Parts: sequence; C-alpha cells; structure tokens
Amino acid sequence: MSTKVEKDQVSGTDTTGHEWDGIKELNTPLPSWWVYVFWITVIWSVGYWVVYPSWPTANDYLKGMFGTTNRTELHETMASVAAERAPYMERLAALDVSEIANDSELLNFSMAGGKAVFADNCAPCHGTGGSGNPGFPSLQDDAWLWGGTLDAINQTLHVGVRWDANEDTRFNDMPAFGRDELLERDQIEDVVQYVLSFTDRATDAAAADRGAVVFEENCASCHGDDAKGVQDLGAPNLTDAIWLYGGSKETITETVMNSRRGVMPAWEGRLDEETIKMLTVYVHSLGGGQ
Amino acid sequence: MAMSTLQQPDIEPKNVPHIVDEGDYDEVPLYKKRDKVYPKRVSGRFRNLKWFALIALLGIYWVVPWLRWDRGPSAPDQAVLIDMDLGRAYFFFIEIWPQEVYYITGILIMAAVGLFLATSLFGRIWCGYGCPQTVWTDLFMLVERYIQGDRNARVRLDKSKWTLEKIWKVGATHVAWIAISMATGGAFVLYFHDAPTVMVDIFTANATFGTYVTIAFLTGSTYLLAGWAREQVCTYMCPWPRFQSAMLDDESMIVTYESWRGETRGPIKRKNLVRGEVPETGHCIDCHACVNVCPTGIDIRDGLQLECIGCGLCIDACNEMMDKVGFPRDLVRFDSVQNSQLRSQGKATRVRIIRPRTIFYSLLLVIIAVVMMFGLANRSVLELNVLRDRNPLFVALSDGDVRNGYTLKVLNKEQAEKTYVLSLEGIDATDFQIIGLTPNQDGTYDLDVAPDRVGSFRVFVAADPQTLDGKSTPFEFTVTDKETGNTETYDTVFAGPENDR
Repeated sequence: MSTKVEKDQVSGTDTTGHEWDGIKELNTPLPSWWVYVFWITVIWSVGYWVVYPSWPTANDYLKGMFGTTNRTELHETMASVAAERAPYMERLAALDVSEIANDSELLNFSMAGGKAVFADNCAPCHGTGGSGNPGFPSLQDDAWLWGGTLDAINQTLHVGVRWDANEDTRFNDMPAFGRDELLERDQIEDVVQYVLSFTDRATDAAAADRGAVVFEENCASCHGDDAKGVQDLGAPNLTDAIWLYGGSKETITETVMNSRRGVMPAWEGRLDEETIKMLTVYVHSLGGGQ
Repeated sequence: MAMSTLQQPDIEPKNVPHIVDEGDYDEVPLYKKRDKVYPKRVSGRFRNLKWFALIALLGIYWVVPWLRWDRGPSAPDQAVLIDMDLGRAYFFFIEIWPQEVYYITGILIMAAVGLFLATSLFGRIWCGYGCPQTVWTDLFMLVERYIQGDRNARVRLDKSKWTLEKIWKVGATHVAWIAISMATGGAFVLYFHDAPTVMVDIFTANATFGTYVTIAFLTGSTYLLAGWAREQVCTYMCPWPRFQSAMLDDESMIVTYESWRGETRGPIKRKNLVRGEVPETGHCIDCHACVNVCPTGIDIRDGLQLECIGCGLCIDACNEMMDKVGFPRDLVRFDSVQNSQLRSQGKATRVRIIRPRTIFYSLLLVIIAVVMMFGLANRSVLELNVLRDRNPLFVALSDGDVRNGYTLKVLNKEQAEKTYVLSLEGIDATDFQIIGLTPNQDGTYDLDVAPDRVGSFRVFVAADPQTLDGKSTPFEFTVTDKETGNTETYDTVFAGPENDR
C-alpha cells in the first residue's frame, strides 16, 4: 500500500498517514542523533562483556579481562579495611586497656569497633546496647558481679563465667539449698523473708528474724555478713535494687531452692586481644563502668 | 481567550496543497536528519545586549571563585565555596550548615518563580540571554566565526573537499573549543575547594581523582553541548520550551513578526522604490536575513514556536534590511501579540507590566524572599540537639534510682572557640554527669566547643522514681554562652518506671 504523503493544512507539517476517527497524526520525527546515541549505548554494552564476567559457556562462563568476581572484590575490600585498621590495631596491642582512654582517636576507634563486635557476639544475651535480660546482667547499671573496672571487665571477657573449657574462668557455685535438702522448707521461707527485709519488703518480721540465723550459717560466707556481696567470689549484693533473676518473693525462693548457674563463654581465643580491648572499652562506657 | 489570540498567527492556513508530491509514505524516513545551522553575523541592539550578557555571565563564572572574604582564621577565606568534606557552604557573609539546606530550596524556588515572572513579562529572555547553553554556544559560535569566517564561508568550507586549509581551520576550531571546555570544567571545581590551592594541585597532578573526573566530565559535556548539540539541546532535551506557554499571555513581550504589515511577502520591486509608491506586496522582502541569523535556524515569520529562544537577533537583522530598503523598522519586533493586533487595526498600543499574572508571581517572589531574609537574619549561632537513649529507656540503679542517658550535640556556628554552661531544669536529679568532664561548684558543666564545629557529649542523669511524674517526666537542658549569655534550651523527657509499681 503506497499512498502519497499528505500535509496538514493548518501547520503545513507532513502527516504520518495514520488516522483515528478523523484525527490525523502529524509527523514530527525523532532526530536521528537520538537513535545514534541509542546505538552507542548498545556498543558500549559490548565493552562490559569484555571487561566483566558475562555470558555462560557450556561448562564455565566468560571471565572478563580482569577476572572480576564479587568474592574477590569482597576479599579485596576486607583486606583494604584491615589495612586501614592495622595502625590502630597495632596501637591497641601496645596499650593497656586503662591507657586507651588517653588517646581520643583510639578511643573513638575502640568505641565504634566495640559496638560492632558487641552486636555480633554479646547482644544475643545481654541485649543490644547491653541493657540486659532476665538472667543476663545489664551492663549499663552500676552493679557488677565480677567487678566493673576496665581490668575486671577485660578479665571476665577473657575467661568467661563458669566456662568449663577455660581453666581460669570466673567460677562460683551456689548450693541448691532446697533441691539438695540442705535446708528445710520453713528455713528457706525464713531466709527469703530475711533477704526481703534488706529492701524493707519483709511481710513476716518474726520469720525474718529467724532467717537471720539461717543466713549467717549458710549464706554469709559468700554474700558477706552484711549481705552486700563479695565481688571476688562473684556473689551479688542482696541489699540493692538490682536483681539478676528478679526480686520478687517467688523468684528469690526459687533461687534459694534450686540455685542459679549462669554461663558466659570465654572470648580468649575466639576474639583477638585487640578486639577484646575494644569490647572492654565499649562495655565500660555504657554507663556502669567504674 | 488569551490563548486563542496568542496562537492566531499559527492558525492561518498555509495554503499548501493537500497532497504533495514529496514521495510515498513508505519512502518517508523514520528519523529526522539534522539540518546544520550556520548563523550569520549580525549587529544591533539585541546583539549588543547579548554580548553584554555573555561577558557579564562568563565573567561571573570565572572570577567569583577567586574573590576572597575574610572570616577569621578558623574558616576559609573564599567568598563563594561549597566545602563538601566539612559540610559547609559559604556565600560571602552567609554560612550554611547541612541541616540548613532548605535555604538552597528557597533559592531554587525563587529562581523558578523569577523565571516564571521574567517569562510572563518578556518571553524567553532566559533562554536567549541567560541560559548556560545559550551563553557557551554563543561563545563557541564566536570562535567558529573568527576561525572559519561568516555563514557563507562556513557553508562553503563544509561542502568543500578536505584540503590542508580546511583541516587547519576545522582543527583549530575544535582545539579552541576544547580549550574553552577545559577552562569551563576547571573553573567548576574551584567552587568546591580553595581556588588557588586546587589550581596549583590540578597543574602539578596533585588534585584528587574526583577533581579530574569532574573536570573531564564537564569538559566533555561543554564541548559536546556547545560545539555539537547546540540548538538540539533546546529543541529536544530541554523541558522548558514545552511548558513555557503556560506563563505567556497575549500581553507578554515576545519576538513577533508583524504579519499584517509584512504579508504578502515578496522580493522588492525596483519601480516602487524609485517612485516612492506603496508597494504592491507587503513590507517583508523575503530576504531571509532573519532566518540566516537565527541560532536555532527557524523562521520567525511562522509565529511563536517551540524552537524560538527569544534572543531577538532576527530583529537586528530585519531592521538592518528595512533601513536599507527604506521601509519602517521593526517588522520583526519585541512586542506583545496584542499590540501587534492593535497596530494592525490602527489603534494605540500599550505595554502593561502590571497584570494579574505578574502580580501573582511578584507577590510569590516577595513572600519567599521575605521568609528567607527573616530566616537568615534570625539564624541562630548556637543550637542544641538532645538524643535520648531508647535502648533501654532507663536503667535501674542499685540504690533504687533510675538513670537516663542522653547524647548532646552542641552546634557552635560562630568562628570562635566557645564555652557553654550546661544546666538542667524541671527535674530533681540525684546524679548528673558527663563522661570525661568534672562538674562546676553549682553542679553545672562547662562544655568547650571548637569554632564552627559540633560538640558531642554523653550525659547521664539519675533521679529517684518517687520524685518522677510516672513513665515520662518532662524537663529541659539549657546551654548558655559564657560570654554573650546567648541561651538555647531543649525540651526532653526523663523516662522512669510506672508509678504504681
């Protein structure tokens, strides 16, 4: 079908010959350079086949000029990150944890690194930001079972708590007074009343008085005569407002009956020394550091 | 109504045959071949205006980075500088921090409304005089004309065989274009670094990779757009010509052809000139001078059209011819469509600047300008931001108190070392400490912040739950400039346990 080109009477422009319900389309064609640009981009794309991995072959694929893969890129990126960190890591290795705070640049580095390592390794139990969970102590408050100084935190991180694989691990073992029948049921009730009385919550003053004797004979050796705890033994203070497993009468009774045996892994050998130092500085800074 | 009169010159039928013998549809190419434009040299009022705009705008572009402005030792002394590394923008006495980027938004809105206003008053003068595409194209054409000669010489040169002379002329043109392009790209990076320093760095190969990439990219785009693409940018790439008619009305001053006087066009008859008689044809002698000088290669006699950038060079060209043949000037003139019609009816013309449309645009412009000026005049030199810890909301302490943690950001926007006193109000704090600082006698803290910097402080506040107002107790942090007494407060809350527990 070949018809003569028709011009629009009003504008003097050629029409395309297309007509819809009496409306004719004017022919205002795209400039040809626009099409050339399209072809240039097509040719440009061929360059990608040459430089980057592209087409699959029967058993393999085209590797590209530089053999680029995401895996090698990852390794390169990680290597360059490690190289950037290296000078800081060297300085960290040379310094004692207590000296890091004097170097504000290194302190910033440790805080940022510690935060990342904490999120990967510690947050599942201690919570993001170290806010703690029942049975897993808050690292932000001012109560520390094994000490809240930089050195004490550093040591705990190294050896863990009740971590059998580590010889020097932080260790204590509260007897299960009820389960192992070391105390009678009414003795346990008395001593719980006595413990509650430290925070003025005893409901039976007579029982609390009786419990004082039980406490002195069974508990004071670890928790201290004044019940304020002994940090060297990891024995918690029973007179403050912080309860690792809960401070209600029921949970204290449960603790005395069955004991508690929280465990924290030793990070020595799992994380390198510099990383443990960064973690120490970070945990110390959360608000409870002493 | 306005639109119908505006479009009238276009509606007159062209009296073309309905079917023309330009071939069959299956012979029509799908894409349009580029018709190269060879604008002829012209002189006159509008050309002078264009020269002035060219020199002024290029001058501003190349000179501004070298202007100095003393801000003291703690800040750069470049009058106009966008410091990407530090996140500061300097414009003479104004300094903008990243969070104040809304000033840029304000400037962009003002530029847009200003463009609308200018267009409704004077048509596309931005396109014809101000747009970088126009300015650089004009400069490139000047170079081209200087080396290759005027329109006819260039047409001949393009058609001629490749001789040594042609190679020399075309080569020299492109070398000159690339040199200008490099100067253009090179000047751009000066706005983002200290100009004298980066200039030395560029030539001693010490500048950053990004600097060279930027220069290379802008060199390439300048060369391509001003040397090769030219009017194609305005016609096919730029969105502005497509919606400019929304700003125009029939009182807008635009470049118009007085068709009532010019038609019927035709070559001048010698006898009319000799006898001084009224010509049988219109005043348009169909000499194509207006077409030959047009930088976009259009015929203004077809009326207002998308491709017209409103530069008015056709007016200069036509006036020159009219003077030669002794007809009245301004057959092509800078006037409104309405005036052209009034004149054709022998009525008095008028130029009305104040119209509802221009009042609206001006009002908008003034309002935005006033808001901006007010904002700038009242720009605080001290800001306090408090980020409250949310994980956890509060920490229970061994003595039964609860503690909240806050991160304070103190923004010192002055070029001087500052000491601010931080105090608490509205809470009965049992403990108030800042990591790394010791409190003053009265329990407040002195915060030192370097000039033009943000000080970041970790603050712990503890309180007895008995004194708290339930889960959330409002209180405020206050920083006071020790010297000036300038004060900034931030309302925050202290989170605690619920009362009934």
